[in-house]
Amino acid sequence: MTWVADNLDLVGRLTVEHLRQSAVPILLGFVLAIPAGWLAFRFRLTRGLVLTLVGLLYTIPSLALFALLPPLLGISFLSEVNLVVALTIYAVAIMTRFVADALASVEPAVRQAAVAVGYGPWQQFWRVDLPLAGPVVLAGLRVTAVSTISLATVGILIGIDNLGYLFTNGYQRQIVAEIGAGVVAVVVVALVVDGLLVLLGRAVLPWTRRGVAA
Amino acid sequence: MNLFADAIAWIFSPDRAAGSLPLSQAVWTHLAFTAVAVLVAALVAVPAGWVIGHTGRGREIAVALSGAARAVPSFGLVLLLVLVLGVTHKVGAATTAFVLLAIPPILAGAYAGVEAVDRRVVDGARAVGMTPGQVLGRVEVPLGLPLLIGGLRSATLQVVATVTLAGYVGSWGLGFYIVQGIQLRDFSQILGAALVIVVLAVVLDLAFALLERAVVPRGVAAVRRT
Repeated sequence: MTWVADNLDLVGRLTVEHLRQSAVPILLGFVLAIPAGWLAFRFRLTRGLVLTLVGLLYTIPSLALFALLPPLLGISFLSEVNLVVALTIYAVAIMTRFVADALASVEPAVRQAAVAVGYGPWQQFWRVDLPLAGPVVLAGLRVTAVSTISLATVGILIGIDNLGYLFTNGYQRQIVAEIGAGVVAVVVVALVVDGLLVLLGRAVLPWTRRGVAA
Repeated sequence: MNLFADAIAWIFSPDRAAGSLPLSQAVWTHLAFTAVAVLVAALVAVPAGWVIGHTGRGREIAVALSGAARAVPSFGLVLLLVLVLGVTHKVGAATTAFVLLAIPPILAGAYAGVEAVDRRVVDGARAVGMTPGQVLGRVEVPLGLPLLIGGLRSATLQVVATVTLAGYVGSWGLGFYIVQGIQLRDFSQILGAALVIVVLAVVLDLAFALLERAVVPRGVAAVRRT
């Protein structure tokens, strides 16, 4: 425990780094999964293609993906770009399925009503489909955020410092408290971000709360 | 693309049959770790999941557990257990970590499968005089099998990925080649091992996908076709 007390500033610094590295993949995953999920929901042909592709990407173990990306994209193996791209791929893979399921959860009758009152396809998607799909999209975003934060620690294997540094450094120096502190810090960061997303959901999707109260 | 050619040359080089860690041995160790971890986890999680799904008791705990498990960094868990249980018990410590990581998805698949069975079907089974044990064994478990296999599938993929990371703590499995390759700056070894891992993961995933379809009871499959 003395290790933790003596190294609070290190844990704090790595936590900030960790959040910074995780934020981009979570945001990009969300943004890219909206069109991908829509494609998977809307047409039978693209549904099979998109869901097979994201399933396949999700199957690739992280350490192997770090090795595959540099020759494919011309980026450096030991670079933060490699980590961020890999995490983004996983985030898109998780989110796309949720977005497709979320859009499918919207009642067809509501969609017909939207058409009947004169919404065009574009307006209907943004003002009817997506808001009603919100709760399931939010559930997906929470899973994506927690997985990304937990997975980012693997970045230390390609030389990227974040909370994963506490794992390898603690292992080399045989300090159990250091690894333990790293695991706890990752779980706490993930759960705090998860909690913040729930609060964000309440603010952005107020109608879901009213629905529960009624 | 030259890098990929070098990587494939690395995989099929005669050197892979010799050395401290022959490729075939690494593949088998990787598979053995995965199989043992998933089987042990299934022995614990499947009965527990069935009971939770059948009785509805302990559901909140199972949901919270599978949610919280996602937050636990698998790499950190492996290193923590190896250090705590002692570097001399590396194999046991790593296997324990793999089992712990495999339990939540299997538990979720087992209870979700039983829980998703239509209540009217369960009532029907009771109405024709089945005992609670028969309802579980003959109705809920067979109808829930596809979701259970889905749980085993995610657990297997999770463990395959984590065994790869465990190459950091021991010269076993396919991950070791990558960790060693990073130290030696040998990119054909890194990419070659990565390609073998991808093939392994995809083949396992495909096998489970086929199994998921195969276990749909004949009656249910017949209804779905019409």
